Amino acid sequence: MVVLLTVILGINYIAWRWLASLNWEAWWIAVPLVAAETYSLIDVMLFGLTVWRLKLRKDAPQAPADATVDVFITTYNEPLDLVMTTALAAKRIRHPHSTWILDDGARPEMCRLAEEHGLGYVTRSADWKNMPRHAKAGNLNNALMVTEGEFLLILDADQIPEPDILDKTLGYFTNTKVALVQTPQYFSNVPASDPLGSQAPLFYGPIQQGKDGWNAAFFCGSNAILRREALMQLGLVGYVKETEKSIRRALAASQSAIRKARKPADSDNLLVAQILDEVETATAEARRRLDDGESLSEITYRVRRKVDQAVQALVQADVSALQADLEEIAAMELAHVGDSGVPVVADDAVQRMSARDWSPLGAIESVQAVLDALSVERAGEAQPVMPLATISVTEDMATAMRIHGMGWESVYHHEVLAYGLAPEDLATMLTQRLRWAQGTIQVMLRENPLVERGLKLGQRLMYFATMWTYLSGFAAVIYFAAPIVYLLLGILPVTSLSADFFIRFIPFMVVNQLLFAIAGRGIPTWRGQQYSLALFPTWIRACTTAARNVWFGRPLGFAVTPKDRQTGGPSWSLIRPQIVVSVLLAISSVVGIARLAAGMSEPVGTLVNVAWVVFDLVVMSILVRAVLYKGFEPQSFEIGGFEEEGSGPETLPAQGLVEERKTDGS
Amino acid sequence: MDLSYEVKDSYAEIKAAGRLNMVSAPKLREFVADVVASGSSRIVVNLEDTAFMDSSGLGALIGCLKAARQAGGDLRIAAVQPQVKMVLELTSMDRVLTSYATADEAFGND
Repeated sequence: MVVLLTVILGINYIAWRWLASLNWEAWWIAVPLVAAETYSLIDVMLFGLTVWRLKLRKDAPQAPADATVDVFITTYNEPLDLVMTTALAAKRIRHPHSTWILDDGARPEMCRLAEEHGLGYVTRSADWKNMPRHAKAGNLNNALMVTEGEFLLILDADQIPEPDILDKTLGYFTNTKVALVQTPQYFSNVPASDPLGSQAPLFYGPIQQGKDGWNAAFFCGSNAILRREALMQLGLVGYVKETEKSIRRALAASQSAIRKARKPADSDNLLVAQILDEVETATAEARRRLDDGESLSEITYRVRRKVDQAVQALVQADVSALQADLEEIAAMELAHVGDSGVPVVADDAVQRMSARDWSPLGAIESVQAVLDALSVERAGEAQPVMPLATISVTEDMATAMRIHGMGWESVYHHEVLAYGLAPEDLATMLTQRLRWAQGTIQVMLRENPLVERGLKLGQRLMYFATMWTYLSGFAAVIYFAAPIVYLLLGILPVTSLSADFFIRFIPFMVVNQLLFAIAGRGIPTWRGQQYSLALFPTWIRACTTAARNVWFGRPLGFAVTPKDRQTGGPSWSLIRPQIVVSVLLAISSVVGIARLAAGMSEPVGTLVNVAWVVFDLVVMSILVRAVLYKGFEPQSFEIGGFEEEGSGPETLPAQGLVEERKTDGS
Repeated sequence: MDLSYEVKDSYAEIKAAGRLNMVSAPKLREFVADVVASGSSRIVVNLEDTAFMDSSGLGALIGCLKAARQAGGDLRIAAVQPQVKMVLELTSMDRVLTSYATADEAFGND
């Protein structure tokens, strides 16, 4: 009901804004503002859609007693005692299971501690040497190859599980279509005031429950149970897709590579020219076989054999000629030198010269690259089958989307069953949020849920909703600029702030807030709203860096974060853009009021805009508290490296925070 | 899962009897790695008596294929049962691996 009303009133307002209210003389601020408002309306509608199907689950069915489970604790550089606290708690989980420490840091002391306490210990196999490591996803993929449990409970190094976590969740898997059960992430080192906005009660609540209603509950990297079969299936499908893509690409490029190789080879090197002819025949045949639907392993095997045989035959011929020459020379020299014997080119030299790196073909890189790509070994990766998605720094969201795309089901179990540690200083928190946002945008650009195959419409929109919220940084800038422009210059982006405006705007805002109040059911959401607006520089940076990364292959940019809580003074420099904006807002208010006093502007416009500025400043005031925050007091937890690649908690509660921003700011 | 192998004229035949699933997958990988290390890189996995295979089992076959290829040979499968055929199709792995009717046919053409 409220959802429908919000949508209707929202569309009524935005339609009027577009059609009748634009101040075209000031189009440079009017159009961006209405665009930002449209962005926010879509955001609200997606939120409405999410809570439309809120799913409040009852207890799971009885856990099947014979279900085998591996508990994975992922770590990279977290302090050993922190990892051990989690690992020992994991060992105490009641349902029969094996506990494994997945140590991406390969620390000997960690290994020793694991052995001492009878815990499994896994580090990367030799296959990973000189290969892309894929951070936490790679760590988990590596462990999947050496373990055998039917189900996997994944825990970040700081997530201390309850003993009954499996008893309460495994039962969902009696439905053989269920591939994922996610439980909330809750942090035990956060005071009630939550100055860093660490808890995400709206996300691990109505949003996940709403997504669950659309069979689109997200995998958030930790505190989740996964079905191995689903992950492996994902890995296989991905393997076939990647292999076929790479072979098609190589075959398409082979013609021009051969043509190019022929040019410098000219006629003076007959051997190379002949080999190129053979390669051309082999790839042409491969193309024909691919079109006939022959299997990829046969096609690639045949190409390789044909080329290898050709190279060997031709090298042999060449060497025979050389041998003949040598014998001739020897024969000529016999007269002079006497019994010096005939130099012989050994047989194994032929073998060697036709081997890959010695063959004359090796000299022609472009052709060699084509031949290398014509393989089914996925030579550029440590293991051919990568169950967890590696297309993003947040492997969890991409993996969940693929699981849903294959028709599996997911469950959100709304009960805290593990307790984690949140960052305790602003710098670490900002880095973490940046990574989450970057990861989400990467997925959006690489595998957009609106066009990926296999997803249902509702699932598409649920994934898109989360990604959409991360674009809010751009809208925020416009929302800050509009009042500054009015108060300083007297330029209003709307034609008038008449009754026409208020009659449409106020009902929409009221019902919008009502929707939040009802969906939130008393959950504290204000902190989340503050941060989703106040962290606008982070969201913008995430979008630009992720776009550069996906489109131009640039690195995401490595944000250096201090290993321990900063002990120096408060780090105001972290929020410089926000300080600049706040100062501008404050100055423009003063100027605006002065202009009003001088009779240069009208009271209603000034009032609305000053109120708007006050709202913005109240929102941003949280950052002052965040900068001054000295860490959690009651217990003295020290948090080590809490981010970066490796197995840091690359999970997604930040989505809840951004998702919580639903005021449309105007 | 019972694993055995026999070196034939131009290939080594590996028989995998029983269930090739997440429990036996690592064993198959190790077994094939040993066969490859002993000098046979042309391998046929005979699945005649493999009653059941899951995605982990299939994943292990890919790992074995990679090992054989890196040793300059190949890995092929033969005598696939209906359930295994279904798994191959579900994961589109039939695009990668051809299943031959018998082990003898697998390397019949080269």
